[in-house]
Amino acid sequence: MAIRCVASRKTLAGLKETSSRLLGFRGVQTFTLPDLPYDYGALEPAISGEIMQIHHQKHHQAYVTNYNNALEQLDQAVNKGDASTVVKLQSAIKFNGGGHVNHSIFWKNLAPVNEGGGEPPKGSLGSAIDTHFGSPEGLVKKMSAEGAAVQGSGWVWLGLDKELKKLVVDTTANQDPLVTKGGSLVPLVGIDVWEHAYYLQYKNVRPEYLKNVWKVINWKYASEVYEKECN
Amino acid sequence: MYDATRLPKSRAIHKSQNTDSTGVCSPHLSLKLELQFKRMAASSAVTANYVLKPPPYALDALEPHMSKQTLEFHWGKHHRAYVENLKKQVLGTELEGKPLEHIIHSTYNNGELLPAFNNAAQAWNHEFFWESMKPGGGGKPSGELLALLERDFTSYEKFYEEFNAAAATQFGAGWAWLAYANDKLKVVKTPNAVNPLVLGSFPLLTIDVWEHAYYLDFQNRRPDYIKTFMTNLVSWEAVSARLEAAKAASSSSS
Repeated sequence: MAIRCVASRKTLAGLKETSSRLLGFRGVQTFTLPDLPYDYGALEPAISGEIMQIHHQKHHQAYVTNYNNALEQLDQAVNKGDASTVVKLQSAIKFNGGGHVNHSIFWKNLAPVNEGGGEPPKGSLGSAIDTHFGSPEGLVKKMSAEGAAVQGSGWVWLGLDKELKKLVVDTTANQDPLVTKGGSLVPLVGIDVWEHAYYLQYKNVRPEYLKNVWKVINWKYASEVYEKECN
Repeated sequence: MYDATRLPKSRAIHKSQNTDSTGVCSPHLSLKLELQFKRMAASSAVTANYVLKPPPYALDALEPHMSKQTLEFHWGKHHRAYVENLKKQVLGTELEGKPLEHIIHSTYNNGELLPAFNNAAQAWNHEFFWESMKPGGGGKPSGELLALLERDFTSYEKFYEEFNAAAATQFGAGWAWLAYANDKLKVVKTPNAVNPLVLGSFPLLTIDVWEHAYYLDFQNRRPDYIKTFMTNLVSWEAVSARLEAAKAASSSSS
């Protein structure tokens, strides 16, 4: 019996994108909203399904859409040699590109409890955390305190300084990616402390959100990133 | 609590050669404002004036445009926390007992913010915000305010467009303002707790665009919140009164 190769929707989409790049329909690679690897309600009760849906479908989507628009405008400005427009677009690129980068990491930093969310870090990352912070609890305490202290909007990060070969905790304002705090910093865990990340559920009590979010942090993913960077 | 007579005299602003087009204070101007604040502080009978003043309307009075729940959290939790935390923060320091505007000015520190700035400015900003709204508000202003808006923006619609754009594009947390400086109205947007006082102009109107201001009622839909604010909430009476005070402060001598 002949086995027919059926093109899946994913394959067709991939072909379409490749062909449009080859034909030069777009000078710029466009970005799309990544799917969540779990259902919106799967992180409850730590993060409500309502928040996850709005956060993903509205906020992250808006960053993607606006990033694509900014890149399109940038491409045109570069081709025209319009330097002042190129410069003017930098903040939109930073805001929206940063928003896309940060949220793409964030969805991977989270996992349902029955898929390992909240399980403490093991292996080489676990050891490194013990070395640098005394214990996972020590790290959590530090990150929660720094996250609570962010004024306005931003993120709190656990990062690896590739050059100095050590773990760092740092915060960034607005949608600045961690790399804006140091070129050798690799984000391992980021926690969104913009009010949209928790307000519908925790209202003004950001510390309570920070206490609960650890129950769904995906340390397996952070370990994978860490091990990859260390080798 | 917003006492417009305690605003800096405009002579300081007019005489300065060093404000740029956004009205940002030069160090020279800052010194003049600092002297003004000191004079105001000396003449003021009020010492510890960090009070959580209730809005000039009931917490449910802005419904359905701004919910009672939003007021309960925004005023009752956020604004209250800024006031309480400010009191704790200045206790036992040289800032203790100083008027709020003085604390704002000195902790702004020409942009290198000192710790108490956030609480002090946010306490001020929020009281100003409640008083910028009223039940049955919104729509178009009239009289001299409208005339000045038409003079400085060519039309009310153009002002609306500019104010809307400022509020919609202030990335992250912040505020959009109508402000007055050098006899001109202008729209300004500021991040986090910054306000026009520290930028050398008189605030006349503000909209809070921190997410906590609109998330319960509008979620991510900030443009809808801004439209509702302009259509149903703005107190043009408050804005007009502030404009009169700003002009009086500007034109009075010594």
